[in-house]
Amino acid sequence: MKMDVLDLPAVELAEKIRAGEVTAMEALQAVLDSIDEKEEIYHCYITVDRDGAMRKAEAVQKKIESGQLCGRLAGVPAAVKDNICTRGILTTCASRMLGNFIPPYSAEAVLRMEKAGMVIIGKTNMDEFAMGSTTETSAYGETKNPWDIGRVPGGSSGGSAAAVAAKECFAALGSDTGGSIRQPAAFCGVVGIKPTYGTVSRHGLVAYGSSLDQIGPIGKDVTDCAALLEVIASYDKKDSTSIKRDDTDFMDALSEDVKGMKIGIPIDYFGDGLDDGVKDAVLKAAEALKEKGAIVEGFYLSLVEYAIPAYYTIASAEASSNLERFDGIKYGYRTPECGGLHDMYKKTRSEGFGPEVKRRIMLGSFVLSSGYYDAYYLKALKVKALIKKAFDDAFARYDVILGPTAPAAAPVLGASLSDPVRMYLGDIYTVAVNLAGLPAISLPCGRDVEGMPVGLQMIGDCFQEKKIIRAAYAYEKARGPFAAPGLLTSAADGKN
Amino acid sequence: MGKQYETVIGLEVHVELATKTKIFCGCPTAFGGAPNTHTCPVCTGMPGTLPVLNQKVLEYAVAVGLATNCEISRFCKFDRKNYFYPDNPQNYQISQLYLPICKNGSIEIETEEGKKKIGIHEIHMEEDAGKLIHDEWEDCSLVDYNRSGIPLIEIVSGPDMRSAAEVIAYLEKLRMLIQYLGASDCRLQEGSMRADVNLSVREAGTEALGTRTEMKNLNSFRAIERAIAGERERQIELLESGGKVVQETRRWDDCQGESYAMRSKEDARDYRYFPDPDLVPVMVGEEWLERIKAAQPEFREEKMERYKKEYDIPVYDIEIITASKRMADLFEETVGLCGQPKKVSNWLMVEALRLLKEMGMEPGDIRFSPENLAKLIQLADKKVINGPVAKKVFEVMFEQDIDPEKYVEEMGWETVDDEDALREVVEEVIASNAKSVEDYRNGKEKAIGFLIGQTMKRMKGKADPGKAGRMLKELL
Repeated sequence: MKMDVLDLPAVELAEKIRAGEVTAMEALQAVLDSIDEKEEIYHCYITVDRDGAMRKAEAVQKKIESGQLCGRLAGVPAAVKDNICTRGILTTCASRMLGNFIPPYSAEAVLRMEKAGMVIIGKTNMDEFAMGSTTETSAYGETKNPWDIGRVPGGSSGGSAAAVAAKECFAALGSDTGGSIRQPAAFCGVVGIKPTYGTVSRHGLVAYGSSLDQIGPIGKDVTDCAALLEVIASYDKKDSTSIKRDDTDFMDALSEDVKGMKIGIPIDYFGDGLDDGVKDAVLKAAEALKEKGAIVEGFYLSLVEYAIPAYYTIASAEASSNLERFDGIKYGYRTPECGGLHDMYKKTRSEGFGPEVKRRIMLGSFVLSSGYYDAYYLKALKVKALIKKAFDDAFARYDVILGPTAPAAAPVLGASLSDPVRMYLGDIYTVAVNLAGLPAISLPCGRDVEGMPVGLQMIGDCFQEKKIIRAAYAYEKARGPFAAPGLLTSAADGKN
Repeated sequence: MGKQYETVIGLEVHVELATKTKIFCGCPTAFGGAPNTHTCPVCTGMPGTLPVLNQKVLEYAVAVGLATNCEISRFCKFDRKNYFYPDNPQNYQISQLYLPICKNGSIEIETEEGKKKIGIHEIHMEEDAGKLIHDEWEDCSLVDYNRSGIPLIEIVSGPDMRSAAEVIAYLEKLRMLIQYLGASDCRLQEGSMRADVNLSVREAGTEALGTRTEMKNLNSFRAIERAIAGERERQIELLESGGKVVQETRRWDDCQGESYAMRSKEDARDYRYFPDPDLVPVMVGEEWLERIKAAQPEFREEKMERYKKEYDIPVYDIEIITASKRMADLFEETVGLCGQPKKVSNWLMVEALRLLKEMGMEPGDIRFSPENLAKLIQLADKKVINGPVAKKVFEVMFEQDIDPEKYVEEMGWETVDDEDALREVVEEVIASNAKSVEDYRNGKEKAIGFLIGQTMKRMKGKADPGKAGRMLKELL
């Protein structure tokens, strides 16, 4: 019975809870047991709020029984990335800097989940301040890929993606600044959506690159992601960049009908550097959609090679300013010994931040400094505008753009940290989406020669989440169930 | 030697806007309050919080821009000014550098040589910082974020002023416009208006601008005058002795009457300004702008013209009354209630201004209502109270805004209108002041004053002194 529960997708679990077949407490207990068995191996979480979650599960169960709660995800235990504030629960951003930070407020997305009756289990591991593509820059240790514990889960929302794959939660929130939801979803064989910029409130999301950051869902399948996105999408006055939308009934898009849908494949996404296994899996997925009636053709998107430098310039510039508030004065880490204000700042920030965060702060400070602002930051903004234009042109012809999420499957642990530029290049297919503010989904479309999952990315025009959800759902049905990884438990094979 | 120098001055004026809440959050802007009680996660820079622009700030900034003949930007942005200091919780200040809300305006000031136009380079919106308190006894510093996020506008003038008198005239004009708009109370002492003086000197007749310094910490018009004189002299001495003026920021010490350098251009910070991605660009729509234009108040010049037509009072009175919007409003409202513009103007110009000066207050601090002033004037008119009593009542009303009718009744200060009682007292006074009576009869007119005084004293001030005088003359 217990294993059955963990195998359920979130939407189906909620149905069973509503039907009285399972209680919210039983579902939570199954997840907590699963965490007990596997956390030692995978390390998906930074904080697990066992008691708080159980209290919430009990309260939710009562409301479901009394008919006060009947949402599509009511009673479902879910995890939240640790850069999304949760009132009363430690929110570290996987940094030593916020090792003691307990926010007095919850992010709007978290409030929406709670209102929908979802039970927050805890906070998932990530790259420090969401800077990284492997979850290895976390100050609290790396998360292992459930498909192969010798590999990274991707990042920066690696903890969330791995927790879904390892059945340590039913769904999770991630955040995506340059691919941080889609890439770990691809590496862990789960589904993730990066919504149109402005769709989910950023209130309570600890900012990395404010103009690019979006919170989004990670789930076992397209249906779960659509359901969770429907819960968290909202106009929020507390976020000036939030957008009023009346088309956030994303579950309505769960249809297999793609007849006549125009799908463009950027030929320039299939050049050097793309792993053959990934290429084959993605092209096969395109073929499957074609068989279902979609019109699939290749085209040149252009400017692909400019996305990474533009992205790292803009994101780092914003990050260098966003992270200035971490100074040891008001909250978080403060160096124990210092001589004067300047020394306190220097030591606090030197000791509180890890190397990747420092690298991006330095990069960002440099591109904003006088004399370099025009040459780097302004130029990057111009590139951003051109990339948006290239997508606009493409969406004049296509409903959906299809391609790989990442050039290769998950790398082995430790391979990326020594060569950050190579790590940055792995973001080639994801960052342009953030620069253009577009929605995109990643879902598994096969496995590479080593058996690691491969992610298929589908990009939509602004506010066209429904199109990519429909295409993804249709493909998912055509593909059939995606195999789950063979999970380890610390009791049986912890030393593997 | 003997070179003539011209002083060139431009001002950066910060004005605290009179909004009820802060610029980017809902915290109150009220003065005072225990440290860190007017704060929230936004104005203390907590992680994950976001600024949302207070629309009233935009409204005030645009209103000031319109009043100073500026172009209003239809599209403007906020930028981050990055620098580390504990009074600034985010370690960046949200301000406007690249696209400010107002540009290219001007105001006209009166100078000894007549009217002069002073250019307004730009007006931008920004947030104030918190306050650091250095506890030297405990050897620690504390920070109070109550002020963090208080809305400010910075008004940057052109280098168009040539003397301290012009600077003061400019500031007074600016203050008057902003007070008329109700956008700020503009008090220098309390810091709701702060002026930084950019000053350079050049040889008279030359065109090129000299190297300028920026003077900070000027808390009164007097300090500004002294600082300008001091800095002009310092720069001229430097040049005369073959030295060079260094571009730097200086701090004025009004007690010492000197300034000292804070930081030079060389160690100027690189603020790494860039557009704040948390705030969307501000779009000013025509319709909205028209509404703000329509809501602009009648400014002083128009008001003076109207007063000249509507009220039969001297131009001198009009100038004084319209110097403050509060005073002008009081005047108009009181006249509306009891008529008699000249009497209303007298009370305001003589008694109210005297008390304001004595108490170190500004017209904006006046608490009494036009209703009560009108009542007081009517009491005096109907001779319910006499002149000296009316003044006493006014003083109480000035401090406590009492209802003069009730107050006079409670105090029993009504003028005694009893012929027989008065005649009795007058007879007593004549009988007991033989010397004065004699003086008067011998032609010393002044002696009557003493006798009236004695009568008033015996009547406990409640007699009508005119009537007492007439009766004295009659009986003598």
